[in-house]
Amino acid sequence: MGKLFAVVLTVITLVATAIVAMHIWWPPPDISVHGPGIDRQLGETMIMAGILFVVSQLALALFAWQYSAADGRKIKTFPGGPTPLVVFAILLVGIETLALTFVGSKVWAGIFQTPPDPSSLQVDVQAEQFAFYFRYPGPDGTFGATHPELINEASENYLGLDPAHDPDARDDIVVPTLRIPVNRPIALTLHAKDVNHSFYVPELRLQQDFVPGLRIPLHFTATRTGRYEIVCTQLCGLGHYNMRAYLEVMPQDAFDQWLKQQAAQQ
Amino acid sequence: MHAPAASVAAHQHAPPTGFWRKHVFSLDHKVIGKQYLDLALVAVVTGMVLSWLMRIHLAWPDLPIPFLAKLSPNGAAGGVITPEYYLSLMTMHATIMVFFVLTSAPFAGFGNYFLPIQVGAEDMAFPRFNMMSFWTTCVAFLVLISSFFVSDGPALSGWTAYAPLSAVGKDAGPGQGLGQTLWGLSIAIFCVGQLLGSLNFITTTLDLRTKGMSLARMPYSTWAWFITSVVGLIAFSVLLAACILLLLDRVAGTSFFIPGGLVISDRLQPHSGGSPLLWQHLFWFFGHPEVYIAILPGFGIVSHILPVFARKPLLGPRVLIACMAVIGGLSYTIWGHHMFLSGMNPFSALLFSVPTLIITIPSTIATLLWIGTVYGAKLRLQTPALFCLGFISVFVSGGLSGFFLAQPSIDTYLHATYFVVAHFHFVMAVAAMFGIFAGTYFWFPKMFGRMMNETLGKWHFWLTFVGVYCVFFPMHYLGLAGNVRRYAAFTDDYLKPLIPLHRFITIAALFTGAAQLIFLYNLIRARFWGPPAPANPWQATTLEWSTPASPPPFDNFGGHPPAVYHGPDEYGVQGTAGDYIMQASSEPEPARLAGR
Repeated sequence: MGKLFAVVLTVITLVATAIVAMHIWWPPPDISVHGPGIDRQLGETMIMAGILFVVSQLALALFAWQYSAADGRKIKTFPGGPTPLVVFAILLVGIETLALTFVGSKVWAGIFQTPPDPSSLQVDVQAEQFAFYFRYPGPDGTFGATHPELINEASENYLGLDPAHDPDARDDIVVPTLRIPVNRPIALTLHAKDVNHSFYVPELRLQQDFVPGLRIPLHFTATRTGRYEIVCTQLCGLGHYNMRAYLEVMPQDAFDQWLKQQAAQQ
Repeated sequence: MHAPAASVAAHQHAPPTGFWRKHVFSLDHKVIGKQYLDLALVAVVTGMVLSWLMRIHLAWPDLPIPFLAKLSPNGAAGGVITPEYYLSLMTMHATIMVFFVLTSAPFAGFGNYFLPIQVGAEDMAFPRFNMMSFWTTCVAFLVLISSFFVSDGPALSGWTAYAPLSAVGKDAGPGQGLGQTLWGLSIAIFCVGQLLGSLNFITTTLDLRTKGMSLARMPYSTWAWFITSVVGLIAFSVLLAACILLLLDRVAGTSFFIPGGLVISDRLQPHSGGSPLLWQHLFWFFGHPEVYIAILPGFGIVSHILPVFARKPLLGPRVLIACMAVIGGLSYTIWGHHMFLSGMNPFSALLFSVPTLIITIPSTIATLLWIGTVYGAKLRLQTPALFCLGFISVFVSGGLSGFFLAQPSIDTYLHATYFVVAHFHFVMAVAAMFGIFAGTYFWFPKMFGRMMNETLGKWHFWLTFVGVYCVFFPMHYLGLAGNVRRYAAFTDDYLKPLIPLHRFITIAALFTGAAQLIFLYNLIRARFWGPPAPANPWQATTLEWSTPASPPPFDNFGGHPPAVYHGPDEYGVQGTAGDYIMQASSEPEPARLAGR
């Protein structure tokens, strides 16, 4: 029985590890400036966790093989008692994980604890059941104020702007797709109309919740043009699975042209 | 430490004779323990059927499930699950499993039955509280289940019930009406039951130990239940308060968790000044310790059972107890790792990350101690032992994915993906279930005086062990590919290629679930028709094997509380009965065949 356990566990361990090692299911190629830091962190953690996974499962398998049905054999204590295991756990696992976290902290701080580049393109993002809206400040470079009581889906005033009384709001551009120029810092401000939502673009290695009542800053730079999905990852109600928008990373001149067109329509 | 003398030799209360007092509103901790386990059995079957429905829907979204159309004409018209009903199934699956299975069975169930016996007591310190604790839990379960039958369906905001979705009421969509209120009510009632239970466990452990049962001689399972109750006493008080605030937001118009200016279903909400993050902090201040409430009894059960089948004492017993205590203490410092991306100050993510990584150290040590205990053993691989080895394996698998999620930078990518689903299912759900299975096979002869079938037990183990790896390991791959959790269907372009893997998982889940029928059959057959159990079938040492009968008499020890002379795991020694010495045996400290 111990031998069977050892064989089954070894097969499970090797198959599980091999599939990870072959990258059959793996993050999509990164398109952000900060992404390589996260990918490196993920890769290093994968190696460390992978080694611990294989070693501990195989040790368990080996001992189950060796020490089952060992009638007649005398029991043995683990060499050195518990002390070497405690030292191993504290030194190796402790130091390794803490080292990872200190390196990882820099990556984290680079995304969430640094101010955005002052030249960033400002985009205001509203999440609601079950859509995203993106607002550009228009030629005046200033966002109009939002008034929740003015929000009206029927008249397409999704954000509650007041163009009649607020000149800043008149040229604001509100669209359902996030279009941004490539290689330019982008600064988003996330706010929610109703409940919690989240902004997740796997290719951007970026995720951040929307919290009602808070305006949450988020900044990044995309390095590759293309069309990517923005999905909601915070349970927001029945349409949660279907709440998505697109991120279009465009060459600067194409973006400028698009923005000009939008401004002309206001 | 000097243990209090068992000065009360007479019964503290007489055995009841009437049917209601004996079997229903019983004060006997053994009956209450069995009631908890029976409740957990009903709950786990319900929870598993819900998970099947979810898995079938994820793999084949348009496949009609005939009986479901009758059960829920709104949620599954024509048998096809709607997105909102999917979320309800998910919410109910998680709530039922976390509260009524993973907390009820290993902690309240086995703890109730065996903690008093293992310390040599005749009953719990407060038998009436104990009865109330079960019946409040039972009411909580009925309230939760009743939400399946309300008009707009059960709650769908997840077991975490994030506000404001859970707080604003009907405007937020289906499931946010009466269903969500019943959810809050059920959890609040459940908390009361757990608080009564925890108080009882703590007092019993500290005050009712028999002569000679010093803390150092206490079985590891008792230690685990004791530490778990301390953790639970704090955690459930906070959740109780949070649930009351949530209910007030829902029914009394308060705004604890709802800020101003929310427009839901085209209606400006009449709330202002609340904080959605406050709910998350309160919930996870309970929620993370809850993970340990679910798994620490498993630690105790495995540490208790493994030496019996290894025929040698646990490696580093004091280290293991220290690890459990450190885990219990640290569990209150790491709740923020669920909230790295919640919008809280990003600096606090780093503060929560460090203790989260530190808590892996005692978990690693405990795992190494179990593996080290297997080293040099004379393993008897009967079913309880197999489930112990399985526990170690799945706990390692689940624990290691914690390294990823503990790092905020990696969590930026993996948060809210199936990687998280894989992680917590392995580390708390499957591991805790393996602990429950090990405990069931091990203690069944004591609880019912009959033996479970060993062949069926082994089949159950193998199918379950391979099954859970097929179900949950591929979820890591889904998560790595960015597959978001809590989706009723995968309509995004980048998720569509992952559907075949989802189908594999669904098929594996159906098979693994079906394998549980073997367990159920074995359990029911053995309960009524199993062969009579010998007094000490596993040659174990602790006090539950020193009771005069199986199941033990009403006062556990027939009016003669035992005195204790030895530690809980004197295996691999030359005793009069064999290679072990019972805790209650007065024979002298033996010559040890091998040291600890």
